[in-house]
Amino acid sequence: MTSVTKTQIGGFLARQGILVAFALFIIGFTLANQRFLDPDNILGVVRSSAILGVMALGVTFVVISGNLDLSVGSMMSFSTIVVLDLHDKLGPTLAIPAMFAMTLCLGAFIGFLVGYLKLNSLIVTLGMLSAIHGLTLTYSGGQNMDIADKAGTWFSVFGQGEALGIPVPILIFLLLAAVLGTILARTPFGRKVYAVGGNGTAATFSGIRRARVVFACYLMSAFCVATAGLIQASRSLGSQNTVGQGLELEVLAAVILGGASLLGGSGTIFKTVIGVLILGFIQNGLLLVGLQFYVQYVVTWVIIILAVWLDVAAKRGKLLSPIA
Amino acid sequence: MTDDTPALRLEGIVKTFPGVRALDGVSFSVMPGEVHALMGENGAGKSTLMKVLGGIHQPDAGKIIVGERPVVMSGPLEAKAKGIVFIHQELSLAEELTVAENIYLGELPRKRFGLVDWDRLYARTDAILKKLKVSFDARTRVGDLSIANQQMVEIARALTVEAKAVIFDEPTASLTDAEKVVLFDVIADLQSAGVGIIYISHRMEEIFKITDRISVLRDGQYRGTLDTAETTEEEVTQLMIGRSLDLSRNVSHHTLGDVALEVRGLSCGPLFQEIDFEVRSGEVVGFYGLVGAGRTEIAETLFGLRDPSAGSILLDGAEVRINSPADAIALGISLVPEDRKGQGLVLGMNCRDNMTLPQVDDLTAGPFVAEGSEVAIFDQYRDKLDIRTPGWKQLVGNLSGGNQQKIVIGKWLSMHPRVLIVDEPTRGIDVGSKSEIHNLIRDLAAQGYAVIVISSEMPEVLHVSDRIVAMYSGRIMRTFTSDEVTEDNLIQAISGIRSTGRVA
Amino acid sequence: MQPGTLSTFLKRGAIWGFIVLELIFFSVAGEFLSLSEKAFMDFDNMLLLFKQSAPIGIIAMGMTVIMINGNIDLSVGATYAICAIVLLDAMSWPVFAGLGDAVIPVAWLLALLTGVALGALNGLIVWKTGVDAFIVTLGSMLGYRGLVFMYNGEQPTSHLNWTLVDFAEAQFLWLHTATWFLLIVTAVIWFLMNRTVHGRNAYAIGDNREAAVNAGIRVGPHMMINFMIIGFLAALSAVVFYSESGSVNPNDGELYELWVITAVVLGGTKLAGGAGSIVSTFGGVLAIQLLRKGLAHIGADTSTVNLVIGLILIAVLFLDRQLNVKGKEELKI
Repeated sequence: MTSVTKTQIGGFLARQGILVAFALFIIGFTLANQRFLDPDNILGVVRSSAILGVMALGVTFVVISGNLDLSVGSMMSFSTIVVLDLHDKLGPTLAIPAMFAMTLCLGAFIGFLVGYLKLNSLIVTLGMLSAIHGLTLTYSGGQNMDIADKAGTWFSVFGQGEALGIPVPILIFLLLAAVLGTILARTPFGRKVYAVGGNGTAATFSGIRRARVVFACYLMSAFCVATAGLIQASRSLGSQNTVGQGLELEVLAAVILGGASLLGGSGTIFKTVIGVLILGFIQNGLLLVGLQFYVQYVVTWVIIILAVWLDVAAKRGKLLSPIA
Repeated sequence: MTDDTPALRLEGIVKTFPGVRALDGVSFSVMPGEVHALMGENGAGKSTLMKVLGGIHQPDAGKIIVGERPVVMSGPLEAKAKGIVFIHQELSLAEELTVAENIYLGELPRKRFGLVDWDRLYARTDAILKKLKVSFDARTRVGDLSIANQQMVEIARALTVEAKAVIFDEPTASLTDAEKVVLFDVIADLQSAGVGIIYISHRMEEIFKITDRISVLRDGQYRGTLDTAETTEEEVTQLMIGRSLDLSRNVSHHTLGDVALEVRGLSCGPLFQEIDFEVRSGEVVGFYGLVGAGRTEIAETLFGLRDPSAGSILLDGAEVRINSPADAIALGISLVPEDRKGQGLVLGMNCRDNMTLPQVDDLTAGPFVAEGSEVAIFDQYRDKLDIRTPGWKQLVGNLSGGNQQKIVIGKWLSMHPRVLIVDEPTRGIDVGSKSEIHNLIRDLAAQGYAVIVISSEMPEVLHVSDRIVAMYSGRIMRTFTSDEVTEDNLIQAISGIRSTGRVA
Repeated sequence: MQPGTLSTFLKRGAIWGFIVLELIFFSVAGEFLSLSEKAFMDFDNMLLLFKQSAPIGIIAMGMTVIMINGNIDLSVGATYAICAIVLLDAMSWPVFAGLGDAVIPVAWLLALLTGVALGALNGLIVWKTGVDAFIVTLGSMLGYRGLVFMYNGEQPTSHLNWTLVDFAEAQFLWLHTATWFLLIVTAVIWFLMNRTVHGRNAYAIGDNREAAVNAGIRVGPHMMINFMIIGFLAALSAVVFYSESGSVNPNDGELYELWVITAVVLGGTKLAGGAGSIVSTFGGVLAIQLLRKGLAHIGADTSTVNLVIGLILIAVLFLDRQLNVKGKEELKI
């Protein structure tokens, strides 16, 4: 009996461990700095996490379907640069749909390679990381992109506006999370994403058109990236070519922190949001107690390893792996 | 050591896992030069016992005695060093490496500084391969060999040490008859060299052909040892399941309906050629043949998973084109695949979601999945098929093999197909659940389904089929009605021998 | 000839064929497009190509070992940066002030030890926690980069030692010091993977881990040794490069993991593990460097290089798949 109880406690810790750790962090930071739980500060954290968060929502679909997307960072740079450039050429009303269309084309291309041609997603998106970066540089001619009339455009509303006293990026993030969360949890498409990621062969044997599902997941991801690019462009109204560089790994870290398995078939949008917020609060908390941004890297490292370790340990019922 | 000392003796082995007593005081012994069968249903404890013997699990109580000395096994290498060798059921080979490296995996001969002594490795390997009379040499890459030859590589591992006891775990699963003969010769050689053999198999005919004694496990307990020469299949089966099993010929004939499925001249590259057959509604057609005869590939073609190179498929008299499983499902064809865990189920999903997976697009309320109708479907088939699970939320990965198989069958029955194809319906399922599934298949036919059963087990095919199609090497050799078929003419047909006697 | 030999031969030879194509293309295109008067296949230019291949190439040898073993290491770029900092900083530590130029081997040793230690940490975590190497090294890629910044903030770390620079810029039998290091590493790793028990076991583990475990191969220590090897090689790469340059930015080595993995995959190493060749990885490294240099030679900028390399990586994957298709009757899953 004792062993059962132990396993149960271990299982609980593993399942809720990330929330427990999160709570401890919050308590610790609050003790260290009273401002931490200030509503303004919380809004600030969510707001600065929104771009990462929106991208993580799309990547959640890709990861649950059993694939990876390492191209989201450079794709986000692409979206940002394109929409800023088109803003002055076409005006914001046309620039936004045009940018979405171009980003979705990139997503469709990746979806075609991974879904229909069945190429390994790690390598494809690694290649696309490089290729899209090249595309962005070619597009911008290597220059930074700036909107000419920064004061006189309504375009800034997506990144800087407020509605009902809440910053617009937060609203976009939460709205998108609600919609995508519902799609994933409650629609036939969502069910098929889990099936394809859980066992692609069995999904095919059940009449699911696997290529189509994978393709759609990459479209989702591209849509989220375009949205993130929009927020980024609107917030800064000017940008470097490399604005999204390295974000792909932070996004993946947030998704994994939320508990999605890289093998596919598990994870939820809600958990991803938690993962994003944890990353955001850690970053913010460390800054508030006066530590440099790079300490956050080290802390994130430790947290990712611990979170995933607890998860696999709970599944096998043992802390250490049985590898001889 | 005299001839009366067992080569290997197990005494009162106990092994418990949280909540389960997997082995409960198991004792038995193998004499030198004896072939000793170990039988039992799945879950009876055979594989746990072998893991204890191989040092992968440590027993909670009991002794392992090799020769006259009690030993503690700390791992597979130590077991091998003590003369206990395992031939695994599932191929345990590294395909990119050579035959020699695979045979000496984990104990490559070394020179100084951790270098591999290739000369010694190849010389030793070639000596072993010569004994096995195989056609490949030590330097061949294992990935380039046929499955049967890979199995021979696995077997060659037993000959690398002075073995005291060799454990064969279902070694014939992928061997042709000719290769079986070689395997049995190898076993005979080992036997005459005084090695004790433990032979694990479900195939009664092999057990009765080559073993001296049979020990039976049930529910983790030792149930007794029988002398092969003095026992019968019935007696062994009874010991295994605690009752006798109905494995009679199918006699019930119900009235058959119209032709539901007709296949004309169907070919698919080198896999199968010019296949003609038909299935009526209410009829069970059994496909019998050796592994690789092309039976599964026909099923996969009918289900839209392979493109035929020639021929036509007719459903209710109309020719159809099937390009994908989605097409096949829309036309009313369902396939219960051969590999339950790999192809049939998403193990990390719950029972309900697995069962409704093919029709999830149709079970909607607005844009959302109608979970209520899903639960209703699950409940209906859980009762109908007697699926034992705590509830629909249970992950299928946690169910027993028999219950998993029923989930797959329920999944396809709930689609109300015209044609149901069942590939190896009872593979890896214990004897008790087997007969349940057999009865289920007969019932389905009685309800008017056209059923195709593909099986490698002759009693199963004989038991469930109205007609039997015998295949050999991608072609249909002969079609039998259940009255014409005998074990002899069926075996001849699947071995490629054209029957010389009466042709129906 | 046994079945499969032809396709194996094609695949083994593919990377060298690709290199020849590149050479021909850039030589011809260079005649028309190049701004410089020099031919692309100029002897000095080729020597330089080898030298410039060294930093990525040395790490790529380690990555081949890791990937054959069935793992991946995303943290090599950060490891590279840390080792570079240790190398340069150690030379100005007061403890070693009295050593004169003898500080050089001491600094080298410290840098190499740092690399081995960081690799060992990755390996130990992969071994003991059972967490996938992709996640473990994704984490340490962030964590090690954090350590780089913690060491010296956002400031570059510099120390120029002229003896060291002379050594790094030396040429022996025409080849630069860096090239010699690359060649020696390639030879040693080839020997390790093809001639030693450790190397063959690493192949076996990547190919069929279950089989390796059943055969009593201790998977954990082998993986850990391989992570120590790649850590060592990342450090060696830093030692070779920064001995000459003398200054390291905290962002140095970023995206190295991508370049390295690209080179290894171009060389035909299987992502799932179990198959891969050191010599082909060498080819992959040269092919990438050739492409970068060649595109620069015909006047293309960085953006085109990124674009082309990304697309080539995908094209190689596609071709590899097409070569492995068994025929029309294959199962469509």
